[in-house]
Amino acid sequence: MTTLGWVDYAVMLLYFAFVLGIGAAVRRYVHTSEDFFLSGRAIPAWVTGLAFVSANLGAQEVIGMGASGAKYGIATSHFYWVGAIPAMVFIGLFMMPFYYGSRARSVPEYLKLRFDEKTRALNAVSFAIMTVFSSGISLYAMGKLLNLLLGWSFDLSILVAAGVVLAYIFLGGLTSAIYNEVLQFFLIVLGFAPLVFLGLRAVGGWSGLVARLADHATANGFAPGAYTRSWAFMGHASTNPVGVEWFGLVMGLGFVLSFGYWCTDFLVVQRAMAANSMTAARRTPLIAAFPKMLFPFLVILPGMLALVVSPTSGVRAAAPGVSSTSTTSPTSITSGAPAAGIVPPKLDPRTGAPLRDASGAVVLDYDLATPMLLLHFFPAGLLGLGLTALLASFMSGMAGNVTAFNTVWTYDLYQSYVRPGAPDAHYLAMGRFATLAGVAISIAAAYVAASFNNIMDFLQLVFAFVNAPLFATFALGMFWKRTTGHAAFTGLVAGTLAAAVHHGLSLPAGAAVGVKGGYLGVVTTFPSELAQTFWTAIVAWTTCFVVTILVSLVTRPRAPEQLRGLVYGLTPQPVDTAVSWFQRPVTLAVVVLAVTVILNAVFF
Amino acid sequence: MSLDVRLPIGGFFSLLGLLLTGYGWATLGTPGTAPAGVPIDLVWGAALFVFGVAMLALARRARKPSNP
Repeated sequence: MTTLGWVDYAVMLLYFAFVLGIGAAVRRYVHTSEDFFLSGRAIPAWVTGLAFVSANLGAQEVIGMGASGAKYGIATSHFYWVGAIPAMVFIGLFMMPFYYGSRARSVPEYLKLRFDEKTRALNAVSFAIMTVFSSGISLYAMGKLLNLLLGWSFDLSILVAAGVVLAYIFLGGLTSAIYNEVLQFFLIVLGFAPLVFLGLRAVGGWSGLVARLADHATANGFAPGAYTRSWAFMGHASTNPVGVEWFGLVMGLGFVLSFGYWCTDFLVVQRAMAANSMTAARRTPLIAAFPKMLFPFLVILPGMLALVVSPTSGVRAAAPGVSSTSTTSPTSITSGAPAAGIVPPKLDPRTGAPLRDASGAVVLDYDLATPMLLLHFFPAGLLGLGLTALLASFMSGMAGNVTAFNTVWTYDLYQSYVRPGAPDAHYLAMGRFATLAGVAISIAAAYVAASFNNIMDFLQLVFAFVNAPLFATFALGMFWKRTTGHAAFTGLVAGTLAAAVHHGLSLPAGAAVGVKGGYLGVVTTFPSELAQTFWTAIVAWTTCFVVTILVSLVTRPRAPEQLRGLVYGLTPQPVDTAVSWFQRPVTLAVVVLAVTVILNAVFF
Repeated sequence: MSLDVRLPIGGFFSLLGLLLTGYGWATLGTPGTAPAGVPIDLVWGAALFVFGVAMLALARRARKPSNP
């Protein structure tokens, strides 16, 4: 356990003061519900762009991608260069004209305009539940981490973090959340950049990291470059640490899951909807794509470094759990023992003893890879900055969920089904109440997660089933005018059921029947959990796509004049003459895609 | 737009940079303050300060009325 110095607390207090100050400063500009929920559609593109990427830069990103970096190596970059950038380009160029141009105030509201009330209700209810529970899971992870690393009280940690998020959203609504997300973006980037620098310096640069991970790869039965080359070993699931082959990766992650999240999730789309013009809304995800494609170096490399740095190379003595499992001295690496660096073993919560897998090897707690590297390299002062950056990632993720929740609740559920036709001031007040309720439910969900971990695993599983088919509905709705409301609804339900059935009939290798799958009988097994997730998504998307087309062909479509502004072919193409040629969405998209191809080639 | 977001960002990083630079300077040479041989509080604090001042300068430039 690490004790912080006064300077570390001073950094945190400074951050909290500015975060709350932004909320207080923005409050005087909030007069209407549109100001509160949509920032009055008055934010410039560079701000919404950074908020777009920051709302996604939650704990799952910083901690989770570091963990994946330690577990899978540079192949984790597929979550960015395959699983994010193409979808961000697509929504900027092709989908934003419908979201922004239709003047819909939320993604569920677009579904209502394009299809019908029941499709909107299905999406709004599932989304509202998912956002508050996601926020709670994030809060739980934060409280647990701070308790483990610093010995802070779980209750106090989550109450303070949730209280600060509540205060600044309650005061300034979406504008406050977006401004704070931009601050959090810079804090996370500038807080983690020195970590990567120090880590690489300690292992002898990129070439040193490659050499050390080559030993780790061979010790685990892979080719030497399996942890440092992203594509070379994707030909077969058994030749790479991810356990997925290229087709499952490209279709499952790169197409279904990626497009389903980036192109339909209101949490991120809401940031673009707050932009001050159609061109700014289209540029938002494209501007976000620039930092996004460089994030692997910021969040994945720490995980890879944590696996191979020497426990004695940092500013603090190695934790007992680390030194007992670590085999990172050059001698031990060359001896072929699997390297653990400063990544500690996963402990049995009941006995406190390290967990071991079926082969008897110690199971590492990869989620601690990035936090351990922070404690390892950062002295007092910078440690405060690093931990504040970590806190910021939790808070930006939570704020994104809460602002999306209050909007969907107020516009898509309360105004539509509970009290339509009330004065605008009433909905503004309801938005603030929904913020309070959203944070309260998040805190409750965090305690549910702390008490019944399997329930949260189960909920996340259900969320995945609901999300997987969504992009098929939006793609058909936006680009095929024949798609009907009955078809969209039926397709979504069928896709979700197909995901549940596929998951229930399959199991990742080595997993027990239950929340990991196989509950309907094990028909097939996958080399890894990721492979199962990707293929479940492919099945869900394909089912939704086919069912939506078939039902559309036998139900009556809406008249074309009712679909203007909502469907491709019936909507005028946006003209971006207000900005210079190099700032236009098409130019940005070409540059983003070209750099992404280069990055894939460099790390091939 | 209601508030130029570069103002609070610039203010935050300027103060943060000053704090870290001052702390790094005061603890220079103390064991455990220079990972991988780099007095990181001092160096990174200065970098953060420069970034903060640059953001403030950009915000100030944007507030200036343009010449007729």
